[in-house]
Amino acid sequence: MTPSALLAATASALALALAFAAPASAAGTARIGLQQEPTVLDPTADATASIDGMLAQNVFESLTTVNEAGEVLPNLAERWEIADDGLTYTFHLVEGASFHDGTAFDAQDVKFSFDRAMAEDSVNPSKSIWAPIASVEVLDPATVRLTLTRKDAFLLFNLAQGDASILAPESADRAKTEPVGTGPFRFVSWTRGDRLVLAKNADWRDAEAVSLDRVEFRFIADPASGAAALMADELDAFPGFGAPEMLPQFEADPRFAVTVGSTEGEVILAMNNARAPFDDPRVRQAVNHAIDRDAIIDGAMYGRAAPIGSFYPPHGPAYLDLTGTWPHDVEKARALFEAAGVAGREMTLRVPPFAYATRSAEIIQAQLAAAGVDAKVETVEWGFWIGEVYKNRNYDMTIIAHTSPNDMGNFARGKDYFYGYQDDAYDALWAAIETEADAQARAELQREAQRFLAEAAVHAFLFQLPKLSVVKAGLEGFWASSPVIFQPLAGVRWAD
Amino acid sequence: MLLFLLRRTVGFLATLLAISVIVFAVMNLLPGDPALTVLGIDSTEDARAALRAQMGLDRPAAERFLAWIGGALVGDFGTSWSFGVPVAGLIAERLPLTLSLAASGMVVTLVVALALGMAAAANHRRPGDWAMMLLSQLGIAVPAFWLAILLVLLFAVTLRWLPPGGFPGWGEPAAAASSLILPTISLALVQSAVLARVTRSAALEAMRLDFVRTARATGLSPARILWRHVLPNALAPIVTIVGMQFAGVVTGAIVIENVFYLPGLGRLIFQSIANRDLITVQALVLMFAAIVVAANFLVDVAYVLIDPRLKARAT
Repeated sequence: MTPSALLAATASALALALAFAAPASAAGTARIGLQQEPTVLDPTADATASIDGMLAQNVFESLTTVNEAGEVLPNLAERWEIADDGLTYTFHLVEGASFHDGTAFDAQDVKFSFDRAMAEDSVNPSKSIWAPIASVEVLDPATVRLTLTRKDAFLLFNLAQGDASILAPESADRAKTEPVGTGPFRFVSWTRGDRLVLAKNADWRDAEAVSLDRVEFRFIADPASGAAALMADELDAFPGFGAPEMLPQFEADPRFAVTVGSTEGEVILAMNNARAPFDDPRVRQAVNHAIDRDAIIDGAMYGRAAPIGSFYPPHGPAYLDLTGTWPHDVEKARALFEAAGVAGREMTLRVPPFAYATRSAEIIQAQLAAAGVDAKVETVEWGFWIGEVYKNRNYDMTIIAHTSPNDMGNFARGKDYFYGYQDDAYDALWAAIETEADAQARAELQREAQRFLAEAAVHAFLFQLPKLSVVKAGLEGFWASSPVIFQPLAGVRWAD
Repeated sequence: MLLFLLRRTVGFLATLLAISVIVFAVMNLLPGDPALTVLGIDSTEDARAALRAQMGLDRPAAERFLAWIGGALVGDFGTSWSFGVPVAGLIAERLPLTLSLAASGMVVTLVVALALGMAAAANHRRPGDWAMMLLSQLGIAVPAFWLAILLVLLFAVTLRWLPPGGFPGWGEPAAAASSLILPTISLALVQSAVLARVTRSAALEAMRLDFVRTARATGLSPARILWRHVLPNALAPIVTIVGMQFAGVVTGAIVIENVFYLPGLGRLIFQSIANRDLITVQALVLMFAAIVVAANFLVDVAYVLIDPRLKARAT
């Protein structure tokens, strides 16, 4: 081929392409952008959040589900009874439900799924959900009984999660690449690195309520590319949009609706309580006095986050505002650092490569410097963070969002957990929370725990990770806030 | 010639073996726990232990290396720890896109660079030459990913002529081709700026030689002299740079794939490293190394073909 022939070929390819470009959104289809691409499609075998985000309660269902307010609702179990001692749960299952391959759903599938998760060789990422469960019995095809060894106030909530999805023995082995569930959408195709397609399950028990015929998830890791895809009409929604600095341009554009909701992610400046100098409460108090949450939220999150003073989400029913426990006071911080003998000392702030963490780190570094402490910021990649910081506890300070719901128990995980923190009084408090069935009494205990953690200054609690979403005007039903990591799509629809 | 090829092939395989040992050693020194990365920070220790056993991580490193290299020799690169499917399949499904992108980037680079470089040489010290030098300076200075973002804003967001990213697969040839246009341009522009300058100086060098004056004296047209006599004699330095650029285009594709969210090998290597899917990373690094070594090998062969004088020395 001569150069001119090549040029001509390129030009004709370009012309051809122009004729096929500019796709429009079809009614009944939603194209949803996601930052994180899944590794496998089995939520019971991998903790990757996007697996649950796409498939839990859409392709797979669980015995229970959760609404946007975080309340537990019936799902594959249409009702249940809890014995007075709180140790026996009897679930009555919906009848007539079936898996997408035609297999009927019954109590045996529940027993299979739970036994699989509890087994010795189980690789369920949330195996601890089943820790209190002693046995799973099938009473009849529509009734399952769980027997517990101890009370668990969060069991019904936990059973709604993707980790507790109900799979059939006929198809569970292939779930990593061909997920088969009972949900309102069935799996159509997955092109790794590019997209995952779902279609409406016309046989679902409440199929009339499902508006979308087709859902396409597109994996776009870079927020700038995600913004361009929205602007170019390649996407209809980007729930969990990663770049707060780009929101004003979407807010000013009538084609889009922007929501700023909450998540279960508490962002903390974690301190290694087991390592000097953070084993000294004065040092942790000094760090708390040194930081200015408003400046961090303005600088790192462009103002789009709610400050927290303890380890509990501001949208939760038991929330207490404890942001005033250690007011921003540079002089006090400096005095405490000096009293503890760490003034002028160098310490490291090892952060994972997430925008909220790296941006916060730079601001915190400056704030600590103002109080007389030199913090060296090290941005490490995720695999390194999880190995060195989390597992080997080799760090001074780090910044991380804890995205699980009901995770105040982290502080009762003992000295081997990466906080390096242990306190008998708190352990007892958490044990009481975990087993208290009465919501009012539990909320009171949770408030007490929030005060405890704030006053102990275990960490510096920074802000609640917001959920930023950009959705095309007219596409309704996306949750602004995420009480869980899944997003049910049965209620998403295009307005007429 | 045959001996030359044989010697080069043995060297090629020895290099790959050395690389595979280094890659395996480095991957095993990397901090992090693959099972913890897959199962997350809320997982229990016994679930992680079960997964490590499934991954074969409970066996000693030397044993794992021998099993891996033995498999690799027969094309079995093991099963990905995070994706749970054979690594060879993962690579095979993404290779066509990355190769298409690298090939189209290289073709555009060659066409643009040769045309501009030769034109500049032909118009030495005239406005056309200066314009090319200025443009190429600009091309070298602009980072490819930034140019990519600008191209997306103009052609995808404002004009809506081309998609902002994604790849529909070769099942839809027209849409697939259109989705590669912007990535190709982003990839090729910097490379062609470099190559155009090399072409220009190589051509100027060759134009000073006696045979060009002779050709001109015999009345050949300037275009014929340029393409038939100057270019072949200027090719050696151009081929050297092209060989280096091919490696640059393949690795540059990794960055460009991220901007245009293309499901190629670049995205796969990014994700595999983050997931501590070391068995996949090993295969990918080995393959990228093989591509670079192979490109160098082809350049060496090309020298012999371009310059008959080297053939005598090679045999």
